[in-house]
Amino acid sequence: MQTNEKKIIWKKKDLLGLEYLSKEEIELILYTAASFKEVTTRQIKKVPALRGKTVVNLFYEPSTRTRTSFELAAKRLSADVVNIEIEASSVKKGETLIDTGRNIEALKIDIIVVRHNASGAPNILARSVKSRVVNAGDGWHEHPTQALLDMFTLKSKLGRIEGLKVSIIGDIAHSRVARSNIWGLTKLGAQVTVCAPELLIPEGIEQMGVKVTTDIDEALRGADAINVLRMQFERDGALAFPSKLEYFKQYGITAERLAKCKKDIVVMHPGPINRGIEMSSEVADGKNSVILEQVTNGIAVRMAVLYLVAYAKDPAPSEASKVRKEGAG
Amino acid sequence: MSKRYLIKGGRVVDPVRKIDGPLDILISDGKIEKVGKGLNAKADEVIDAAGKIVAPGLIDMHVHLREPGREDEETIRTGSRAAVRGGFTGILCMPNTDPALDEPLIIKSLKDIIKRDALCGIFITGAITVERSGQKLTDFEKLKKEGIIAVSDDGSSVQDKKIMQEALERAKASSLLLIEHCEDPLLSAGGVMNKGFISTKMGLKGMPARSEYEAVKRVLELAKRSSGRVHIAHVSCKESIDLIRKAKKAGVEVTAETAPHYFTLTEECCATYDTNTKMNPPLRTKDDVEAVKMALADGTIDAIATDHAPHTDSEKDVEFDYAPFGIIGLETALSLGVTELVDKNILSWDQLILKLSANPAKILGIPGGSLKEGSPADVVIIDPGKEYTFKKDAIVSKSKNSPFIDWKLKGKAVTVLVAGQIAMKDELIL
Amino acid sequence: MTLKEKTKILDQEALDRSLERIAHEIVEKAKTTENIAIVGIKNRGAYLGERLARKLEKVAGLKVPVGALDITLYRDDLTEVSEQPVVHATEIDFDIDEKKIILVDDVLYTGRTIRCALDALIDFGRPSQIQLAVLIDRGHRELPIRADYVGKNVPTSLKEVVEVRLEETDGKDEVVLCAKEEDAD
Repeated sequence: MQTNEKKIIWKKKDLLGLEYLSKEEIELILYTAASFKEVTTRQIKKVPALRGKTVVNLFYEPSTRTRTSFELAAKRLSADVVNIEIEASSVKKGETLIDTGRNIEALKIDIIVVRHNASGAPNILARSVKSRVVNAGDGWHEHPTQALLDMFTLKSKLGRIEGLKVSIIGDIAHSRVARSNIWGLTKLGAQVTVCAPELLIPEGIEQMGVKVTTDIDEALRGADAINVLRMQFERDGALAFPSKLEYFKQYGITAERLAKCKKDIVVMHPGPINRGIEMSSEVADGKNSVILEQVTNGIAVRMAVLYLVAYAKDPAPSEASKVRKEGAG
Repeated sequence: MSKRYLIKGGRVVDPVRKIDGPLDILISDGKIEKVGKGLNAKADEVIDAAGKIVAPGLIDMHVHLREPGREDEETIRTGSRAAVRGGFTGILCMPNTDPALDEPLIIKSLKDIIKRDALCGIFITGAITVERSGQKLTDFEKLKKEGIIAVSDDGSSVQDKKIMQEALERAKASSLLLIEHCEDPLLSAGGVMNKGFISTKMGLKGMPARSEYEAVKRVLELAKRSSGRVHIAHVSCKESIDLIRKAKKAGVEVTAETAPHYFTLTEECCATYDTNTKMNPPLRTKDDVEAVKMALADGTIDAIATDHAPHTDSEKDVEFDYAPFGIIGLETALSLGVTELVDKNILSWDQLILKLSANPAKILGIPGGSLKEGSPADVVIIDPGKEYTFKKDAIVSKSKNSPFIDWKLKGKAVTVLVAGQIAMKDELIL
Repeated sequence: MTLKEKTKILDQEALDRSLERIAHEIVEKAKTTENIAIVGIKNRGAYLGERLARKLEKVAGLKVPVGALDITLYRDDLTEVSEQPVVHATEIDFDIDEKKIILVDDVLYTGRTIRCALDALIDFGRPSQIQLAVLIDRGHRELPIRADYVGKNVPTSLKEVVEVRLEETDGKDEVVLCAKEEDAD
């Protein structure tokens, strides 16, 4: 009945990325999230843990889903929530990120949840304010809460992460979801394969501890789970892949492809899905798909993250936001 | 009538004259009058240099002074003060100002400002092409008459081979040094740091080393074909170095410089998105840093130049993607040379002075770089053992964009004479 | 700060007897034994709750549902505690509406934990009654809360700590009174 007492204590001011977390810290978040999952199944889905605290969702990129998920998470912890949306195009002319952060902080808020189109913006914000900073996705860099909810879903489906074979399929080069998943999964002992067309595999990705392939059948063979990324075809006016139909033919997850996989393979997608491009509707709505569970779990995971950073005691400044003070040699 | 100074008891390092030992220097009329042992001449002021190194004033052949156009970042006055603070008595300013230094009139008015404001020698680089747009050559002869000593489109590369070929030929005819910023913009487009594993994990767009060395390769071929002479600016990667080494062996007239950050920092320093680690060319890998050090030691790289690129806090305190490239370097170059090269036995003191003074003077064909009797008395007195923490509020430059803030450094210029006049005495700039 | 053991309040046998006596009292006091359910407060209260349920079965043949409550999220001292408490899952897999809940904890002290537990419990539904059973009541209440069933009343000073050790968490059953001692530097 009792789960093992976790000895690890959360000491980080911010959640900037899974690269910066230890295996134990990731496990603590997942463990804490399990408790919050229970809260979300109650009649009264609200606990007073963050009563009197204020969470600001600072979004430089439109994202209804992630913002809603964070908003509900904060509200279910009894925090007050303010949403600020800033159009990326106005940033260069307007107030700088640091000024915005300091102004928000002057409103005596506790946590800033930031979504930004520029990689590393949360790191820069974190070193400029005393408020806690949670990364809700930055550029191609990291989307830690998405990866955490993916891992949470995987763990509740398959009972473990260690030793699992997980393939991440799609535009790896431009995906923060891919990077965060790679850090988290490899730290927890999963074997990760990334699969994409040649041009969408970024240089040096294998140094993150993953297998790399361009062959979808190789990525699917023996996999316990797949995480299928959203495909964005137009980027800076250039095409990432010549045709949608061709992409679906080569990389789309179809019932036929799935039939050759492990019977209970878990199919994940961070959403929103392009049906008929990344996967067929049959797969998206099929028995292996956990896409809607991911959405549900997202709230529990984000509650856990908000709770942990809110009450971190005397948090040390995140390594990830520090400036280097010594040479290369 | 300027004062007579006697610098006593120092260790004089002059690689051109192959001097390294305890000597005194007598300065009068703005010139070096005598260098010798135990000089006892009468002087207005005796400067005690015991325990110090006395060397020809340092010369930085790659500086952005931002005047005209961006006086909020740096000016002739503040930039030359920063130079003196760093031990430099002569600096070469780059033409990517606003407007660019592409017309005789602009050069002329800049010279007036220099005359009025400069604390050290400032030499001017003219643009290779009009508005540095790579389309149409400027009039090298006319610019030279106004006093430029080199041409460059620094900040960008001249892409058109025909234009570059012609530029090399005309520079040769006018006895101007052509300095090339080597970058293939098609390969580096949109990049903000070195391309590789680190840029991948950080989710930033990378600039491959190839974008530098392909451009190096091209300009070396053109130099060979035109029998012209070229100086490669801010060399940062191993492949460029290999190409330059080969070209030198093959007799191509090429010289090269690197900047202190390329022998001190790697791309890993970018990992926390500190915009003071964003420069062009970008910080590269550990292997590249090692190659740069080797090339300094074996002479493939002739000079250390700072690529001093001032940007205000408000320009730099932004997202990594949005920040401008470049860092200031005048005030840390010598200390980094001591800390990273001399102390780590990469270069001797003699070689360090060669890279920071004698070679740049020779490449540019300007006086200085040596303590020859009769030459202008540009002298730096260095405390080689001085350890200090480089503090932001001690920065003299108008901009504070240095990745070395709060670093512990060793070796510092304490006294500087420019043309026989004291510009800094015991770390106090006059 | 270190703890120095002063006296043993209960040994294994006495602890067991206390629980059995509480079970008897619950049955005696109840007009009807229908709808009784036990909810223990994590951590040690949860184990005591399970034991109490077994005692109820032993003394009266009652089979009652048992749940465990984690009250971390309801604590009023989250900002003050020196180390961030770990959130554990609450496990109540029965409907508490109209139940007679026996809330179980190891030590009753300021009453704040029980206040949290009441708040938490009420978020799960509307029990017809909530009663409180504790192994030790050491006094020093800060809130108007009292226990319905007490294993042992132990007068204590504020410089003392009551340590409840259980087989499940500490390897053996005993309750010890300790004195707080400042560490000499």
